[in-house]
Amino acid sequence: MGNKQTIFTDEQLDAYQDCTFFTRKEILRLHGRYHEMAPHIVPMDYTNEPDVKIPIQLITNMPELKENPFKEQIVKTFSEDGAGNLSFNDFVDMFSVLSEMAPRELKAIYAFKIYDFNTDNFICKSDLEKTLNKLTREELAPEEVTLVCEKVIEEADLDGDGKLNYPDFENMIGKAPDFLSTFHIRI
Amino acid sequence: MVNTNKTKKNNREDLEKIGIQIDADETTDTAEEEDDDNEEEDIKQPAKIRKKQNNRKSSKPSDEDEDNSDEDTKLKARNNRRRLPVQNGIRKNKNDKDDESDEEKSTDTAKNSRTKARNKDNGKGEESDDNSELEGENKKTRKNPVHNNNRNNRNNANKRQKDEDNKKVKQANSRGNRKGEKDNGKDKKKKGKSSSSSSSSSDSEDTLSEGELAKVLEEVEEKKMLIAAIRTKAWRMKRKLTTLKESQEFVEKFEGALGKGKGRKFYAYKVMMMKKWIKFKRDFENFKTSCIPWEMKIKEIESHFGSSVASYFIFLRWLYGINLVLFSLTFGLVVIPEVLMGLPYGSIPRKTVPRKEQPTAMDFSVLWEFGGYIKYSALFYGYYNNERMIGVFKYRLPLSYFMVGVGSFGYSLMVVIRTMARNARENGIDGDDGDFNFSWKMFTSWDYLIGNPETADNKFASITTSFKESIVDEEESQKDENIHLRRFLIVLANFLIFCCLAGSGYLIFYVVKKSQTYSTLEELTWYQKNELAEEESIKNKTLAMVNSFNFTNSTSESIPAIDPADFPRGPCWETGVGLEFTKLTVSDILVTYGSILVGDFLRALFVRFINYCWCWDLEYGFPSYTEFDISGNVLGLIFNQGMIWMGTFYSPGLIGINILRLLTSMYFQCWAVMCCNVPQSRVFKASGSNNFYMSLLLLILFLSLLPVIYTIMTFTPSFDCGPFSGKTKMFEVIMETIQNDFPAFIGKLFSYASNPGLILPGILLMVLAIYYLNATSKTYETANLELKRKMQMLRDEQKNRRNNKYTVNPMLQDLEDLLPNNANVNKPESNQIVIGKQPNEATRANGKHGKEMTLAPPPPRMVVTKPPNPRQVSHIPGQPRSGTPGSGPRRPSPGQSRH
Repeated sequence: MGNKQTIFTDEQLDAYQDCTFFTRKEILRLHGRYHEMAPHIVPMDYTNEPDVKIPIQLITNMPELKENPFKEQIVKTFSEDGAGNLSFNDFVDMFSVLSEMAPRELKAIYAFKIYDFNTDNFICKSDLEKTLNKLTREELAPEEVTLVCEKVIEEADLDGDGKLNYPDFENMIGKAPDFLSTFHIRI
Repeated sequence: MVNTNKTKKNNREDLEKIGIQIDADETTDTAEEEDDDNEEEDIKQPAKIRKKQNNRKSSKPSDEDEDNSDEDTKLKARNNRRRLPVQNGIRKNKNDKDDESDEEKSTDTAKNSRTKARNKDNGKGEESDDNSELEGENKKTRKNPVHNNNRNNRNNANKRQKDEDNKKVKQANSRGNRKGEKDNGKDKKKKGKSSSSSSSSSDSEDTLSEGELAKVLEEVEEKKMLIAAIRTKAWRMKRKLTTLKESQEFVEKFEGALGKGKGRKFYAYKVMMMKKWIKFKRDFENFKTSCIPWEMKIKEIESHFGSSVASYFIFLRWLYGINLVLFSLTFGLVVIPEVLMGLPYGSIPRKTVPRKEQPTAMDFSVLWEFGGYIKYSALFYGYYNNERMIGVFKYRLPLSYFMVGVGSFGYSLMVVIRTMARNARENGIDGDDGDFNFSWKMFTSWDYLIGNPETADNKFASITTSFKESIVDEEESQKDENIHLRRFLIVLANFLIFCCLAGSGYLIFYVVKKSQTYSTLEELTWYQKNELAEEESIKNKTLAMVNSFNFTNSTSESIPAIDPADFPRGPCWETGVGLEFTKLTVSDILVTYGSILVGDFLRALFVRFINYCWCWDLEYGFPSYTEFDISGNVLGLIFNQGMIWMGTFYSPGLIGINILRLLTSMYFQCWAVMCCNVPQSRVFKASGSNNFYMSLLLLILFLSLLPVIYTIMTFTPSFDCGPFSGKTKMFEVIMETIQNDFPAFIGKLFSYASNPGLILPGILLMVLAIYYLNATSKTYETANLELKRKMQMLRDEQKNRRNNKYTVNPMLQDLEDLLPNNANVNKPESNQIVIGKQPNEATRANGKHGKEMTLAPPPPRMVVTKPPNPRQVSHIPGQPRSGTPGSGPRRPSPGQSRH
């Protein structure tokens, strides 16, 4: 790898540490991971902030994400262009939110985005169906899927508009005992 | 109230920033949603607000007049801005009193004019509608399509950030129209800087008036807070980085300018030290995290087996940390001082292997049993001398031995309880178990840590089954099968369990009694004989000791003293206890490792390689590979730790053995798990079990603490071995120290403090405190329950409104029928209004709640009067209406109203 200082300047590292939940070493490690996905595109020297993006296919092939049923959705949520191409900043952002240290509120916001497949700012029935099918690999019968989706909406929808908006979602997820321990990727 | 609203706003705003729009209707709504200060008032007095708006409208034309000349407006705007913070404060106060003075209006106009001016400056023209209001300022910029998105959204800022954000917009504008500004801007001459805040604060620099100073100070504080909290903002990283840079530059620039005269230097110094401190803290943090061992190992396991297996290894690591602290305490304060400064081996009887044992003292079989030289080493209690002070430093070893023994218990207790409390806090609010069954399954059942295909398959399967199970449950509950059968079954099961327990208890009692009656004759005599013999031998030995001492004393040094190895000595029961625990620990380690080796590794080898030439598929058939047994392993670990706690007082070396054990176990089990275990087919819930294990550990700790404390307090220590020999009780070492080493008055103080007259009231006080805390926690609990009930009711009510059914709850239906006519007439339409106005409003917002609640039918009101503490009462809306005619007497009981 060579000298640390050639990858980032100290100011950059400090800024990243301010903006994420990572330590200096972890940021360097993240860069290493980012670099090894596409060594020919990503430069080792990040001091002048090159504008480099890695396509979604490479990102979703990371062992951390490969088995995740929502991997495309996760990557798309964090990519600035919405198509799933991640710059290094987006990449760091993604793992920062998914890190252990991130607070529940922050995680909840991004979880909402991830489960909102059609990006209409509501988790509606189609989103729920998609989520469920991904979770169970489409092994539930259609009527079961409908039943579960209806149940979810009945449980979590506070204002009764038939879909979950963010406050509904936050209210529900805020009480979930497993959310913090499962919505978390160690890098 | 304001605070919560603010944070909520903050969140909402963040959301909007990353593109989540909270509510479509909200954006088209009027100013009510915009300003949180006003939001509360709106609820109370919508009429007044409307009046206010009218006022604002009436002040409109004058604004536009002002807008006619660019220069003029700019100057004016700037002037106004300078006065802004003060006026803001006033405005808030006024608003609180709902008083409308000229001053307030002037602020409004000022703000308006500023906005307008800005728009003009931009050269975008005035496309925004005429009915712009004070809060419309933000809205306007949002509607304005020319601004770029980021800047734009920022304008939705809440009160706290408003000033700063305005500045940002300003900066954006000023960047865009730098040319145009330069034509106009005569004020711009001093600062050629393009830093973010220069444009607005440049004029503040030369005239550091009080207000200005306060404002800058406030902004600096805000920026600092922003810097501290920026990582929790849901912004894109790019934006975070730029914002961070801007804020840092701003702080850098203005922080030094704040002090005056002499104070300035001090202030600069303070700031510098602050920076250094922050840097140090960060470095320390980095160092600390780099010290956490096995991070990557655990991660690998996590990705293969999910979070539950990893939780075992995290638990192991945590225990290792505790043991490391205990180890450093024991070795640093007891073992090493004794070895370095105490008398060497062979100098006194207790430090020498007796003559009888010497030939076999180095045999492996003896050492393996911790006999021979190991028994007479610093690893065990007996080796320590009772000399009060040792070495040149006059190290008080017996005292330190005692304190370390008690202190390690104290430390363990503290750590375990603290961890438990933290876990409980993290798990937090779990009262609503049944409420979100499906939602939680849907959104939190996938373990994002999983990175192994096989584990993923298992997880998919388990999620599917759990969904199917809950569907079946749901269907059954809808059928509403008789609850009595269920209850009966539960009672029956419990009864059977109780019978089993009682039966086994009786059996044990019976067997013990029987064996006792059989063996009374022989056994008891044997036992008594044994006891007698022991006592006699001790007496003999003491006599011999005394004799020998007399002997050596009377005859001078000419006659050589007896070799310490030949010295008679009594049984050192403390060493015996330590020895037994050490043996137990070692055999436990061996059994654990052996079972892993045989049960996991050999089995895996067998399955893997014999599978080629076997008649059925071994890998998926009968023996298969083992699963990692989380609960078994955790329990084993806890059991082991209990032994350590119990034995470590009598065998300081035990903790060292345990350290080795945990260390090897970490590597060994990591290897075993990765190499010969398969992921579980049944997936554990990691969160629930965490505190269960912890409470088990606490229980074990308590249980192992009891016998140790008991022996310390009641038994007489052996007279010829260990640091407390010669004392009647071990704890006397404390009194001795107090008497000899402390000034007299402290001894007196202690004797007063140990007076029953003081201790009893102390205990009484503690009991009272516990009782009081218990009572308050109970009241909080009930209050919580009531609130929850209310929320539930509210939800139901709202849902019913949606579904256009009037009410589902027959109780409520009846109640509404009973209401007097006028109430019945009024209610529906007022409901209509509310719903029409804010249909999708977040129900979580307290204020909104209040609004809905006032119009909800009476039952919730019932609960209001109950909660004991005023804060919660104030949260509970609907209070004002409690006096509504006809509602009072017909309240249903809370129990009935819940369904």
